[in-house]
Amino acid sequence: MSKQINVALIGNPNTGKTSVFNALTGLNQKVGNYPGITVDKKEGICKLPRGLKAHILDLPGTYSLNASSLDESVVIELLLNKNDKDFPDVAVVVTDVENLKRNLLLYTQIKDLEIPTLLVINMADRMVKKGISLNIKHLEAQLHTKIAVISTRKNEGINELKELITNYGVLNTTPCLNISTIDDAYFSNLKKAFPNQLLYKLWLVITQDVNFGKIQRKDFNDINDFKTKSTADLKRLQQKETIKRYQFINAVLKDGLKIDLTAATDLRIKLDRILTHKVWGYLIFFVILFLMFQAVYDWAGPPTDFIDESFAALADWVKNTLPPGVFTNLLAEGIIAGIGGVMVFIPPIAFLFLFIALLEESGYMSRVVFLMDNIMKRFGLSGKSVVPLISGNACAVPAVMAARNIENWKERLITILVTPFTTCSARLPVYVIIIALVIPEGTFLGMSYKALTLMSLYIIGFLTAIVSAYALNKVLKIKSKSYFVMEMPSYKIPLFKNVALSVYEKTRTFILEAGKIILAISIVLWVLASYGPGDNFNNAETIVKTENPTLSETELDDKIAAHKLEYSYIGIVGRAIEPAIRPLGYDWKIGIGLVTSFAAREVFVGTLATIYSVGSANDNEDEDTIKNKMAAETYSNGTKVFTLASGISLLLFYAFAMQCMSTLAIVKRETNSWKWPMLQLVFMSGLAYVTALIAFQFLK
Amino acid sequence: MQDTLAHLKKGETAVITDVSSREIPLKLLEMGCLPGNTVELLQVAPLADPIYLNINGSHLAIRKETAALILIEKTAK
Repeated sequence: MSKQINVALIGNPNTGKTSVFNALTGLNQKVGNYPGITVDKKEGICKLPRGLKAHILDLPGTYSLNASSLDESVVIELLLNKNDKDFPDVAVVVTDVENLKRNLLLYTQIKDLEIPTLLVINMADRMVKKGISLNIKHLEAQLHTKIAVISTRKNEGINELKELITNYGVLNTTPCLNISTIDDAYFSNLKKAFPNQLLYKLWLVITQDVNFGKIQRKDFNDINDFKTKSTADLKRLQQKETIKRYQFINAVLKDGLKIDLTAATDLRIKLDRILTHKVWGYLIFFVILFLMFQAVYDWAGPPTDFIDESFAALADWVKNTLPPGVFTNLLAEGIIAGIGGVMVFIPPIAFLFLFIALLEESGYMSRVVFLMDNIMKRFGLSGKSVVPLISGNACAVPAVMAARNIENWKERLITILVTPFTTCSARLPVYVIIIALVIPEGTFLGMSYKALTLMSLYIIGFLTAIVSAYALNKVLKIKSKSYFVMEMPSYKIPLFKNVALSVYEKTRTFILEAGKIILAISIVLWVLASYGPGDNFNNAETIVKTENPTLSETELDDKIAAHKLEYSYIGIVGRAIEPAIRPLGYDWKIGIGLVTSFAAREVFVGTLATIYSVGSANDNEDEDTIKNKMAAETYSNGTKVFTLASGISLLLFYAFAMQCMSTLAIVKRETNSWKWPMLQLVFMSGLAYVTALIAFQFLK
Repeated sequence: MQDTLAHLKKGETAVITDVSSREIPLKLLEMGCLPGNTVELLQVAPLADPIYLNINGSHLAIRKETAALILIEKTAK
């Protein structure tokens, strides 16, 4: 059996750590979650020389072992827990040659944990351009390690790195900084209290808000002769430690790194002058947003339609080929339709993640945050909330996932909670048919009333998102450091492999995670719509035939379908909720539409089509027919069901209500709790009910 | 009154003199914002916040409220 060693990849953000991971593992990788939190856990297998195999763990990017976010805590918790199954045999610290000084800070910390540590100096292809030269022998001696100088862009140095990992046994564990030197008295007391523990490890346990295996924070308070320091003192010591570490690094680099500034050209400064300009910056940003919107909304259209039609065709084929029966119906109308409902999200999600990956990889995303932060922070959001809020106009599902880029948990949570207010594409079919039905002809300033109504709905959605964010910011009591420190990385041409893997991984995660829930609810809805109690449902065919002896076969089929729906379980639900929705101006048929469109808004039109007997059984289905039938629909006393009042009420209801189980599923996944999606469901639907009620009562 | 990083204008450089305020996030120090290092203000975002700095070779953006805690001495041109 070949031996497998554990390798942990550690490094600052923007050092190309993920590229190194991709270069080592290729497609032998998977993304999971750390237990209990939503930080992505990326791991893979790498074949090493001489039959050895390495399990590679790509730890979240971190600037230091002093954790300031959940992602960073993951790194420190692993490195302090020798019993973790992923505890590294060798740590590989990835650095960027251009930021070597800053990147080495983390290296010195890892080294002081006495874990065998390798140093990777990445982006070697940029050395000439930047006038950088390195004295590797000197650096290896001073830093007590082996160094691999690589370029993932040019695919150079990867084999040398593999060779170094294979020979990790030769690495020594000499520390870089003697932590005692920052406060002799304090640390000798500590040493007395815990003679068998590594001092730096103890120091991290004291200063970090995490528990590590056997040593608990409370142990420190139990010891009498050991005085714990105040937070202010601890912070002062941490500052001193940082200064000492930089002194060490500066001394090492004095003879190890030469930068010839005359040879350096800085593209970053020139590009930044344009991209963060107060006019051009915004203009370029809006053009990019427009392209992104266009891609998710338009370019994704044909493949989405194709997937939609393919699944519909497959469902038909199954229905016509397999022997008729409950199982066939469940397969065709429940399972295949359910899977299709998940699959149609692939094109918009893939396009959105493609854009986001490109923006991140190139370094442009940091500039957007820089431009937008001031405006967004007034609403309790972050500069990074812009991407989800705009993407939400296409589909809330990938938009909620895009909020991952926000480091601050409170800002990220608020972004996730308000994003579904933006007008996603699934609302559009509902808007279009109702606007056509109730908004009168005529123009205002050259725009038709109908177009104006549609535009207003988009604006209402966006404004509600912003205002809700403001309110949530005031209401939510979440402790979260509000400071803002962001690196502005240098611009790089995105690597195809990184972009492709990122799009693939994120899309796959959505399909698997949200898909399970969507599929389950689809099947439940199908069962509720396909079964009903009593004679009215089970003898629908006979009843309809007796009542309408003269109808043609197609019309008869429609009537039977409508009758069955009315007396199915879901129809019963629709009629049961009628008293509650009557004040909003809806009858029980619209009620059924509301219930079925809990699964997905776009189902509304299809459901009404079925109810008004122009749906599934009719091959010449087109919107006009549905529209005409809806327009002719009256209550028993002869008044119309669809009036301006009930129409506006319905539009507002769809603008605000949380009727998308895909979004709820993804919010559950992203927040790792049912609390937030449930809050969303209650708050949004409550708001929808109240505004629809006010609108109808006012306009009636 | 001592100058702070918030007083720096676009294109100006300075030397950091003191970062002992408790409110300064440790992360900022770890990214190179330490006494003795030079800092240059590269860009100011529209509406005057945040600001974009080059501290000792690290390119960072921070909000003005944080910048106001960092004491500096402007470098003569």
